[in-house]
Amino acid sequence: MDVELLEIRQHLGRFPPFDTLTDELLDEVASQVEVAYFKAGKEILSLDQELHELCYIRSGAVEVYRRGGELYNRLGEGDIFGQFSLLRNRRVRYPAKAMEDTLIYFIPEAVFRHLCEADEDFADFVELLRPRLESAVEEQKKNNDMMITRVRKLLTRYPVMVEASTTVQEAARLITDYQASAVLVLDKPGDNPRYTFRDSEDRGWQVRGILTDSDFRTKVVAGGLSPDTPVGEVVADRVIAVQSDESVHEAMLCMLRHNIHHLPVMHRRRPVGIVHLSDIIRYETQSSLYLVSNIYHQPSVEGLAKLAPDVSGAFVRMVEEGADSRMVGSALSTIARSFTRRLLELAEESLGPPPVPYCFMALGSMARNEQSIVTDQDNALVLSDDFDPAEHDAYFRELAKFVSDGLDACGYPYCKGDIMATNDQWRQPLAVWKRYFMEWIEAPSPERLLHSSIFFDLDAVYGENVLVEQLQDLVAEQAARHPLFLAAMARNALNRTPPLGFFRTFVMEKDGKHNNSINLKRRGTAPMVDLIRVHALACGSNAQNSFDRLDDIDRTQLLAPGVSDRLRYALEFLSMSRIRHQVIDIEHDHPPDNNIEPENVSSSERHNLKDAFQALSHAQKFLKFRYPMPSRTK
Amino acid sequence: MLGLPRGRAQVPDWRGFVSSRASAPRDPRLARFFAAGVPAPETPIAETPLVALDMETTGLDARRNSIVSIGLVPFTLERIGLTGRRYWIVRPRRPLSAKSVTFHHITHADIAQAPELDDILGELLEALAGRLAVVHYRHIERPFLDVAVKARLGEGVMFPVIDTMSLEARIHRQSLLARFKRWMGRPPASIRLYDSRERYGLPPYQGHHALTDALATAELLQAQIAHHYSPEIPIGAIWS
Repeated sequence: MDVELLEIRQHLGRFPPFDTLTDELLDEVASQVEVAYFKAGKEILSLDQELHELCYIRSGAVEVYRRGGELYNRLGEGDIFGQFSLLRNRRVRYPAKAMEDTLIYFIPEAVFRHLCEADEDFADFVELLRPRLESAVEEQKKNNDMMITRVRKLLTRYPVMVEASTTVQEAARLITDYQASAVLVLDKPGDNPRYTFRDSEDRGWQVRGILTDSDFRTKVVAGGLSPDTPVGEVVADRVIAVQSDESVHEAMLCMLRHNIHHLPVMHRRRPVGIVHLSDIIRYETQSSLYLVSNIYHQPSVEGLAKLAPDVSGAFVRMVEEGADSRMVGSALSTIARSFTRRLLELAEESLGPPPVPYCFMALGSMARNEQSIVTDQDNALVLSDDFDPAEHDAYFRELAKFVSDGLDACGYPYCKGDIMATNDQWRQPLAVWKRYFMEWIEAPSPERLLHSSIFFDLDAVYGENVLVEQLQDLVAEQAARHPLFLAAMARNALNRTPPLGFFRTFVMEKDGKHNNSINLKRRGTAPMVDLIRVHALACGSNAQNSFDRLDDIDRTQLLAPGVSDRLRYALEFLSMSRIRHQVIDIEHDHPPDNNIEPENVSSSERHNLKDAFQALSHAQKFLKFRYPMPSRTK
Repeated sequence: MLGLPRGRAQVPDWRGFVSSRASAPRDPRLARFFAAGVPAPETPIAETPLVALDMETTGLDARRNSIVSIGLVPFTLERIGLTGRRYWIVRPRRPLSAKSVTFHHITHADIAQAPELDDILGELLEALAGRLAVVHYRHIERPFLDVAVKARLGEGVMFPVIDTMSLEARIHRQSLLARFKRWMGRPPASIRLYDSRERYGLPPYQGHHALTDALATAELLQAQIAHHYSPEIPIGAIWS
């Protein structure tokens, strides 16, 4: 009998996870369905009842509860429930009640199991093989060619290598003979085992550094060095390199980060080649690299401001190429840093050299390398302790104003909270900054820290980096020793909570109320970043990036096994959702924002977002428990 | 909750009728059907095996028009199981009119391949046996089947049915509120299958497919009982 139950089949076929099933599997489901009607208010599944069916909502709405009776989820047409119980002990874990008059299709357990076996996507969806969020994040990565292409594919030959004692003239001749543009400088094995290797004749070497075409101009010729100078005296004593199995994208970001054009590629500790910027550009045209190098070539603020539209262009391209949130955040931060650096260079050109050393400090998302396309400027100046306000402040006030106005012109609006170097309070010598931080840490209160948490993401952008590094070290050292500070930070990290999920075209709050849109930063990424920061401070981490912080947290016993992975996936998914919706905004010529409207959220994205919100919610509960407010009576 | 219908005293004694016919028929298919009997009228609806039945016909008059397709879905008050569904297209004795073709989406080509009703009668009666039939508008399925069987086997087939349309009429046309609304000049509620379903929040289906309509009728009965009756109501109070 080949009766087509079109009504059932077509309806199922419109909703995940059924929408990707083959026709045969869909027929199998449709033909085995059992139907039942539930009047509004009637219980559909009761706690601990035996369950042998997956429930599918054909029409109406269903509320699902936790064991304790609090609302867990509200589901509508096309949603499924009961899968958790089916996958575990076949006892109902989350009781369900019809919220409206509801028609349910029950899919027998045997069919459910068969679908899980026959269709991997279905199994992923119902969380049989692994958590859905994890598979969603992995899926995003799978589609991207650039990410799986290893940097070694760009290498065409071994690097030209010379000993440190070689003269610069000899090195230049070798470069010319090999038609190369750089040499690696080797020395006897020394203090850095990371770049120490043995050659084919079993001699030990250590990579000292790289000497490039332009070094011959800037260091040798311009420096008036003799052709007999050993290269070891010219080469900068540091190596920035990537491993050969890193992705091309990683190599590109590494160049962006360090503003270098040649990147040695290592296989373990042995150099196997040098990648040049142009190799990557040839591989990946139209990238944010162009933008960055363009920024450094602008002679004026006006020129820089003209590049502002290119930022969103580079952003859209990157997302379309399948970059993950770390790449996007890192690239956008690099772009913003480049604008800032160039503005500072221009400022110094017009104001003259600084009277005392300083460091321009980024705060917040830029410091975390998690910048978004929707951002304002958060910055400060850390001045050398030789700073004398009467004598020097006029210069730095001018400098700060120049940069701040310039950033505003380039699409980074002024900070509403006035956290900018133009604010006298945030343009201070190192000693004052140290005092600020010690006051926040030693005498904290949630109120005092409410607007200061942004200072606990800090990074150097330009100038004497060591000034900011000292502050980073101070925070990493002191924060963990002050439980009251951690408790106050934790308290503030709980101010913003995620919603429960989506219901039809609404965002559903935990108390069952509905909203038309959701600010994914305020309700998702920001509280997640906040709570990761608290844990990172508690374990003395020096890292600023949330993912790096999670790596540091992983080295401690702070979180139960698996928890940090869940947070990682949740943050990645929340960030990517936000990024994708910003791309949609840009493509529709709307100014991008942090809001997403539920009608633009696909069904599977809803499920994943709900999982991410839940991971965040669990993590917040743990935070409250882990960093309690010490009682004030001592 | 509505009471029993008033002034409808002559509900037939279906049980007596069906069992009296069990020994009479000469056709073995009919004999088996009647032998399976009818549930006792005091059986609660929740415990009664039911079967939703729908037919598409070439017209409304059982003596002049023919059956084109038959769909049925066995069910209980708790569950409608689609594995037991049956659907037949049958070749009518009279040709299809163009109008009924557009109505049922069944074409002449479908019909040409189809069996005679005679060929599927055994299967049909077997699927109905021992279950209480549920239809929407009882003046189609029962008389058409009766006439068709009588024409082929020389004796008719009659059985009790629950008519979801007449239940809907009781609720929406005969209740005090409904009569009051009528006095106030409001148009009476539509009791057609898909209008009735809408009142219970049941989804719209593409109508006029015998199997889909049978499923739609089964869902409607579940909804009617959930809203207006108790699962304990004896079937004798709602069949006709």
